[in-house]
Amino acid sequence: MTVIEARGLRKAFGTTIALDGVDLRVEEGRILGLIGPNGAGKTTALNAILGLTPYQGELKVLGRDPWTARDQLMRDVCFVADVAVLPRWIRVSQALDYVAGIHPRFDRAKAESFLARTTIRHSSKVRELSKGMVAQLHLALVMAIDARLLVLDEPTLGLDILYRKQFYDSLLNDYYDRSRTIVVTTHQVEEIQHVITDLMFIDRGRIVFACSMEEFESRYLEVTVNPEKLAAARALKPIHERQVLGRSILLFDRVDRQQLADLLTHPSDVRTPSIADLFVAVMSNQSSTAQGAAR
Amino acid sequence: MNTEVKAMEEPFLEKQAAATTMPASRVFYWSVRRELWENRSIYMAPMAVAAVVLLAFSFSSVLGIWEQLRRLVPSQHQMPYDMAAGFLMLTGIMVSVFYCLDALQSERRDRSILFWKSLPVSDVTTVLAKASIPLVVVPLLTFAITVVMQWSMLLVSSAVLLVSGDSVSVLWRNTPIASMWALLLYHLVTAHAIWPFPIYCWLLLVSGWARRATFLWAVLPLVAIAGVEGIVFRTSHFAATIGRRFIGDAPAMKMTPGGMGLDPLTTHVTVARFVTSPGFWIGLAASAIFLAAAVRLRRSQGPI
Repeated sequence: MTVIEARGLRKAFGTTIALDGVDLRVEEGRILGLIGPNGAGKTTALNAILGLTPYQGELKVLGRDPWTARDQLMRDVCFVADVAVLPRWIRVSQALDYVAGIHPRFDRAKAESFLARTTIRHSSKVRELSKGMVAQLHLALVMAIDARLLVLDEPTLGLDILYRKQFYDSLLNDYYDRSRTIVVTTHQVEEIQHVITDLMFIDRGRIVFACSMEEFESRYLEVTVNPEKLAAARALKPIHERQVLGRSILLFDRVDRQQLADLLTHPSDVRTPSIADLFVAVMSNQSSTAQGAAR
Repeated sequence: MNTEVKAMEEPFLEKQAAATTMPASRVFYWSVRRELWENRSIYMAPMAVAAVVLLAFSFSSVLGIWEQLRRLVPSQHQMPYDMAAGFLMLTGIMVSVFYCLDALQSERRDRSILFWKSLPVSDVTTVLAKASIPLVVVPLLTFAITVVMQWSMLLVSSAVLLVSGDSVSVLWRNTPIASMWALLLYHLVTAHAIWPFPIYCWLLLVSGWARRATFLWAVLPLVAIAGVEGIVFRTSHFAATIGRRFIGDAPAMKMTPGGMGLDPLTTHVTVARFVTSPGFWIGLAASAIFLAAAVRLRRSQGPI
């Protein structure tokens, strides 16, 4: 079943176009990583999906129009905007009371058991908690809600590496169960590489790249080659090339592994690239085509 | 076998259906509680004022100030009670004004609007819960605190009289507690809740729109309209209308001088006058327009 379906999604702020005809389809049980540079339209896209902003074009989330039915939609959708949106005056116990009071799918016992694993006390106010603890509290509230779609917008921004690791571990181990769908945006690309099932790059309001992680792993290869084999390697048409310590690292899309084998000095010279490397490759190709078009 | 499966399915389905919605009243109740958590001054301020008034009254009672007044002007024996109630009403107005000026802005300022909007609570529920603070919560709290305070004042007076050897029963006979409190409640509901309600709704609307300087944005348009009217027509109807709304000068409040001892019959008459006055309906219409605008604004507003 399709959880999110967008066709020709557009949004402009004055003369600035934030979303320029986005087509998007997210199936149930997927974990989609939405990656893009600052100002690419990630947050605008998520806001449209969450019913926080009006838009043009077609958009259905769990079969509903998010702009007109936000409150009904939020029974099945959860979102963590960033670490600093819990009101600072609220007590942990009040936050639990409130969500239990208004949310039909909130399991208070579950939230309590998540909190029991942390050092957060019920009597504390949010303003007294550290940034990492606030994130833990928010995650405890969200994971105790039996939602079908979870949207995370920079959920770990400003957290230290321990909390970040813990955040995604909890999410995968205690929350995700293949019937839920997660959409996540982050600048910390490396930490979601092994979390997501689908990958999407967004730039200047457009989806510029989309593939599943299985496809990603079978399609893309990164090869380190010595200078003497560079010409032969370039003949195989890498999509990106960079220099590291006098050797060249080439990124290939759908290359014949047999042909590649001849170029290697060592078997470990070929590997699956990181999302960050592919992102840089796609983005620099994007900007060069954009420049070409401008000329 | 089949029936067994059915028996197991039905409660499960019921549970599923029940689990998808919350009764609107419950969501509303928690939305109001949330406001009281955030704005503790709503009940702390009147309680503090009541405590101070009670302390001052006890002090002056021990000194015998009120006893003297009572002897000199027997008809004024209610005066300290009315004065004390007046202080609490004034506190209530101030609490409501400052609450409304902040209500829809603070959640945008601290970005928590993103958290509130991530929950299945509609903008209508949120705005109505906020509007219910000046309309329902503050008047009822003022009533409850005033009753407790006046009751305590009577006890203090009784204790002072007992010590001085005077008759306590005269004091209790001369203080019409029941009608005093009935009138207080009536006065609070009409003159402090319903009559100035459009002003509070206007303040709510401005707090949902302005990024900063809410007070300025709330007052400036009113001053501008009054100014234009004054210059163009040399009249001051607008300012007078706003003023009457604000100080609770409702049509129902035209009472006989010294008539705090209103009897049920006249109350009935003034209720009829109140709900049939055009001001009542104009006020309701203005409130509805302001609230509808505030709901629309909240739907599209994000953090500032």
